Amino acid sequence: MNKRGLCRTEETLSSDFIPPGFEPETDYARFEVVTREDFSDVTFLIEFYHPMMARAARPGQFVIAISHEKGERIPLTIADFDAAKGTVTLVIQAVGKSTREMQQICRTGTQLFSVAGPLGAPSHIGDAKKVVCVGGGLGVAPVYPQARAFKESGAYVIGVVGFRSKELVFWENKFKQVCDEFIICTDDGTAGIKGLVIDGIKQAIESHPDIDEVVAIGPPIMMKASAETTKPHGIKTMVSLNPIMVDGTGMCGGCRVTVDGKQQFACVDGPDFDGHKVDFTDLMNRLKRFKEDEKLAMERWAAAQN
Amino acid sequence: MAKKTIRTIPQDRTDIPVQEPGERVKNFAEVALGYPLESALNESERCLMCPEPACVKGCPVGINIPGFIEKITEKDYRGAYALLAEANLLPAICGRVCPQEDQCEGVCPVGDTLEPVAIGRLERWLGDMAIEEGWAAIPYRENNGFKVGIVGSGPAGIACAADLAKAGCDVTIYEALHKPGGVLRYGIPEFRLPNEVIDAELASLTKLGVKIECNTLVGRLFTIEQMREEMGFDAVFIGTGAGAPKFMGIPGESLNGVLSANELLTRCNLMGAGDFPSYDTPLHLGKKVSVIGSGNTAMDAMRVAMRLGAEKVYCVYRRTEAESPARLEELHHAQEEGIEFHWLTAPVEILDDGDGNVRAMRCIRMELGEPDDSGRRRPVPVEGSEYEFETDMVVYAIGTNPNPIIGQTSTLKLNKWDYIDADESLATSFTGVFAGGDIVTGAATVILAMGAGRKAARSIKDYLGIRDTDEIYQVKDEDEANTLFGIDRDERNFARLRTV
Ligand SMILES: Cc1cc2nc3c(=O)[nH]c(=O)nc-3n(C[C@H](O)[C@H](O)[C@H](O)COP(=O)(O)OP(=O)(O)OC[C@H]3O[C@@H](n4cnc5c(N)ncnc54)[C@H](O)[C@@H]3O)c2cc1C
Ligand SMILES: Cc1cc2nc3c(=O)[nH]c(=O)nc-3n(C[C@H](O)[C@H](O)[C@H](O)COP(=O)(O)OP(=O)(O)OC[C@H]3O[C@@H](n4cnc5c(N)ncnc54)[C@H](O)[C@@H]3O)c2cc1C
Ligand code: SF4
Ligand code: SF4
Ligand code: FES
Repeated sequence: MNKRGLCRTEETLSSDFIPPGFEPETDYARFEVVTREDFSDVTFLIEFYHPMMARAARPGQFVIAISHEKGERIPLTIADFDAAKGTVTLVIQAVGKSTREMQQICRTGTQLFSVAGPLGAPSHIGDAKKVVCVGGGLGVAPVYPQARAFKESGAYVIGVVGFRSKELVFWENKFKQVCDEFIICTDDGTAGIKGLVIDGIKQAIESHPDIDEVVAIGPPIMMKASAETTKPHGIKTMVSLNPIMVDGTGMCGGCRVTVDGKQQFACVDGPDFDGHKVDFTDLMNRLKRFKEDEKLAMERWAAAQN
Repeated sequence: MAKKTIRTIPQDRTDIPVQEPGERVKNFAEVALGYPLESALNESERCLMCPEPACVKGCPVGINIPGFIEKITEKDYRGAYALLAEANLLPAICGRVCPQEDQCEGVCPVGDTLEPVAIGRLERWLGDMAIEEGWAAIPYRENNGFKVGIVGSGPAGIACAADLAKAGCDVTIYEALHKPGGVLRYGIPEFRLPNEVIDAELASLTKLGVKIECNTLVGRLFTIEQMREEMGFDAVFIGTGAGAPKFMGIPGESLNGVLSANELLTRCNLMGAGDFPSYDTPLHLGKKVSVIGSGNTAMDAMRVAMRLGAEKVYCVYRRTEAESPARLEELHHAQEEGIEFHWLTAPVEILDDGDGNVRAMRCIRMELGEPDDSGRRRPVPVEGSEYEFETDMVVYAIGTNPNPIIGQTSTLKLNKWDYIDADESLATSFTGVFAGGDIVTGAATVILAMGAGRKAARSIKDYLGIRDTDEIYQVKDEDEANTLFGIDRDERNFARLRTV
């Protein structure tokens, strides 16, 4: 137990008293990054040590990480977890100030300021016989645990992932191990089929008329298009929504999304929702909420780097 | 001492120094600055020392108010603090945030002809002195071998943890956020409750040996069942607060610029959004901010918005000032700070600027009709009175729903409003699991949450068979310091040394 985090404020409390059984060395050595891998100049992986979280994590759940004292709370999907090793893996796209900064500072051996998780309701891995797991952009890694879980439940799994071009492809082998079929789509056709993940989904539907479920994770526009592709076929389609979050515990309502005309809090009611019922226009609008502030933060940060 | 009467006591309630409104809206420093010594002495002379004090009944935790005030008049401050601390573990906090006008001060008979005794201010003064002088009564404790887990680090959890630690239990608090304190930390702003005060209270908790583990969302990282069955906790207390903010379900609620007061306050108080971009969390404050509701949460949101530089801050409330549930002092402070109040007004729609942001709000005027269940007159809309006004940020402060996580992840029995079902003793449907504070009662007050935490601690002691040594062995003045007292361990009791 005491491998995990005691709260930070203790450091700042002026207390000369050390509670019994308190070992500063192990108690503060936490959220340690044990592996760091770079897939491209924007996509990177960090694996950190948190045995308890590794045991609790289920596909579809996420964490909220803070990289330093003044940092923001960043939601990131759990891309892999290994209870035996006691580690949790995140795959991150450096898109703005906080994620770029993480890309810069989160090296092997460093520590994250805090990580809370697993958060959100686990994906429902039902008794679907045949599923398509679709990952685009930052959704490629997060869809992996679901593909693996479906495989373990005995389903026939078709993986569909999308990248801009060949050099950006990662985890091909990892996916192949859990997928019965694996379709890579690239914008420029340098690997797999030339086109978007939508083309991959269409191809899967054509060759398999008996698909029970599609799981799509990625940018809202891609999830929207995926849901539109499957709708005429009446295939159940689950998407993992990524609205702006703060606490991730249901306390602020910042993550609210409209599903089936009703307000839901993505961090507790989701993040998985029925893609045919999600109001994507609403989601995409809400993601623009801090556009100006994000730009300012990015510019300030970039300027400070030089 | 001659018996005091209403005629012989100082007639005027002793003023508390405050920062001038014009100055304080530019900073986050505390608004009310606290009594200097002379003021505290003067104010304590105003207490009539009633033989049957109404104030004690008015206080949810039954503090011996005339007792501690008398000790102040005798200049025995430490003794006064000891009396106070017997019933209230967080005097520096409650003295600041209790709605005294509805509780202790509301029933003080001095208030019939004059202003009531400023009990809250005296309490705060003593609490602050205790922090400054490091008086927190830390008994020597010997571990009794019981392990207790506390879920949530708000006032309920803090109080329960402190009492159990004093009884010799090994106590661990789990908190979902990265800093402990609950609403005290993320909700109530610094100008009402400085972080140093919360830190000091938490420091005395860690001095008692309580461990605080943040970043732990119970229900997800592990469940209540696992705490009892796998993690070796002999008892568990749940104090997870009320949490989930309510929205109204009117059109335009998902526009950018519409948010809950919890979100606004969390971004500012917990994440430092007021210092963006030095801190990474943005807020994107509007120029004309409308806050819906008129409770403490609404006041806090409005006053934060004002301090962060909003040009206009409006309060939109469907009843009148008289029904406003906020603490009187906060309402007055908000009015002084230039917030515009729109009483008897309710929003019906939030309007789009064409780009997904708030442009304006459409409201309807209300009038008060027949009293409702709560005895307050029910506001009814005045037909045809709708009007639009310009605003670019709409903040909801209309109450909360229970946080669903514990309910979703355990088979713990909930009541029909989805709060945790707990009996008189605060026991839940699981043996050994107790709950209290906002998660049981719905949004209430700090003192009630603290009282619930203490009550649960007593029930947990009963459940574990820990007898309170104070009852068995009354410490006498002639006893030597550091005498061992208490009962046998085999009797599942605890032993501790007397401290001076
Ligand atoms: C449940 C969930 C799972 C996610 N999983 C991953 C993942 O596995 N890998 C990954 O790379 N990204 C993931 N994201 C997105 C990631 O959180 C954002 O990219 C990150 O917060 C951007 O921060 P920034 O400061 O670097 O960029 P910014 O410049 O601040 O923002 C870039 C974009 O990210 C969005 N964003 C900003 N702040 C937040 C926030 N607090 N919460 C959510 N979105 C925000 C904005 O809409 C903006 O368009 C996930 C988001 C959610 C909600
Ligand atoms: C803005 C605001 C202003 C207020 N002003 C006043 C005032 O002036 N006077 C007054 O008397 N009252 C005031 N109140 C009300 C008062 O703060 C609450 O009634 C009181 O804090 C409730 O205490 P609690 O311990 O039950 O819960 P909280 O203080 O809500 O604490 C609960 C804690 O549990 C954590 N938690 C929740 N779920 C989990 C989980 N699953 N696992 C781990 N941790 C979890 C939360 O993160 C939180 O830290 C105010 C409330 C607000 C929101
Ligand atoms: S705790 Fe609150 S109600 Fe009780 S005496 Fe103090 S201020 Fe009054
Ligand atoms: S009711 Fe008022 S006057 Fe009487 S003891 Fe209490 S504080 Fe003093
Ligand atoms: S992120 Fe705050 S409620 Fe979901």
